[in-house]
Amino acid sequence: MLSPKGAILIFFLTGFLLSIIILVLNYLLSPKSKSLIKRETYECGLETIGPTWVQFKGNYFMYALVFVLFDVETIFLYPWAVRFNVLGLFAFVEMVIFIGILVLGLWYAWKEGALEWK
Amino acid sequence: MGENLFVGMAKGLRTWLESNHFLPIVTDVFLMLLAVVGVLGFLFLNALFLIYYDRKFGAWVQARLGPNRVGPRGIFQTVADTLKLFAKEIFIPNNVDRWPYLLAPVLIFTIPVMLFLVIPFGKGMVPYDLNLGVLYLVAVTSVETIVLWMAGWSSNNKYSLLGAMRSVAQMLSYEMPVIFAMLSVVMMAGSMKLSDIVAAQQKVWFIFLQPVGFLIYFIAVNAEFKRTPFDLVEGESEIISGPYTEYSGMNFALFFLAEYTNFMIGAIMVTTLFLGGWNAPFGWTFIPSWLWFIIKMYFVITLYMWTRWTFLRIRIDQMLNFAWKFLLPVSLVNIFVTGVGLYLYRMIRW
Repeated sequence: MLSPKGAILIFFLTGFLLSIIILVLNYLLSPKSKSLIKRETYECGLETIGPTWVQFKGNYFMYALVFVLFDVETIFLYPWAVRFNVLGLFAFVEMVIFIGILVLGLWYAWKEGALEWK
Repeated sequence: MGENLFVGMAKGLRTWLESNHFLPIVTDVFLMLLAVVGVLGFLFLNALFLIYYDRKFGAWVQARLGPNRVGPRGIFQTVADTLKLFAKEIFIPNNVDRWPYLLAPVLIFTIPVMLFLVIPFGKGMVPYDLNLGVLYLVAVTSVETIVLWMAGWSSNNKYSLLGAMRSVAQMLSYEMPVIFAMLSVVMMAGSMKLSDIVAAQQKVWFIFLQPVGFLIYFIAVNAEFKRTPFDLVEGESEIISGPYTEYSGMNFALFFLAEYTNFMIGAIMVTTLFLGGWNAPFGWTFIPSWLWFIIKMYFVITLYMWTRWTFLRIRIDQMLNFAWKFLLPVSLVNIFVTGVGLYLYRMIRW
């Protein structure tokens, strides 16, 4: 059998190369227009006002922070879930405490208004 | 006869290759490439049909006619649209960040292709049965967030930026309920291998044992593939087309195709995790397992389309509040209840 990495690599390369081939084909087949206006930013037909790459709403960042907290947790949760039927009561209680701490974190973030859209 | 059609073909080919004394690695790679071709065939055929089906279904819901010019009942409409997009020029706008801009459409299509690696299409029909199937799915799906962000930020367009911001917020928020709903299924099945999860549902489907988990997953996946009521990433009427605004021709088509493929994978995952995968209901095994898989997949797809054409787009604060203040707590409680339930079940059985 192929190793998992090999299988993933084959799928990755196929998807990657196929989409490049599609794009190159399109580039070769499509008509070219000489106009330069086509290269302008497409917003409302008018020239765009002000820079786009600016500092953005901080609210998004708060959500991302809370997300990271929970995402790291799943690394511990999945192995536990797989062996759940084998591990005893001890592991279960331990995990309840672990999730309890995270719920506490969620409650705190909620209380402090990190989950409010302003 | 139909049951072992594809498995038999693969097995026959493997025997033939081995009898011709090819190197084992050549045989393996060749068969894996064949699996990729099969997956791509499945992907393109279903995507072509799905786009047409979506439009026809929408037309039916809204009492319109829908596409009806190209071919009988407009069945070739998607093919014509694809050809039209092929004839559109690809160019790089002036102000974009060149490399992320060019790389985004390529990567966005690579991700769904990679996801198909672990999906059990039928009995013994998995391209590669990874031990960590569920984790692999979660991990690869979350890369999509970065790719959409690449597309939105590099486009240097305000609508793209807004769309990308929204897409990141949405995908991050709904990833948690998705992960936790999958976790409860993993707890029941005791394995992350998707074929094991399907095998565990031979008698009872997980939708009956995990109704809350199913609902959470069903809703959260809808947000993950960004269709109405969660389509505020694109929101045609507000921000043109979100992160795709600056893309033309096949660049745009790849995004569009990836979107429909993700939709397909969402439906497939609902089928595999909760509706018994390729298992035949009521022991009706006269229909082959891969056909059951497709039937169930289209059932779920129809449910999602019904949702799409019925509900309105929600606001971003509603979207975030629903994920963090409703779905996440409920899914945590669901895991707790699942754990207690499994423990009690084991105590009673012994």
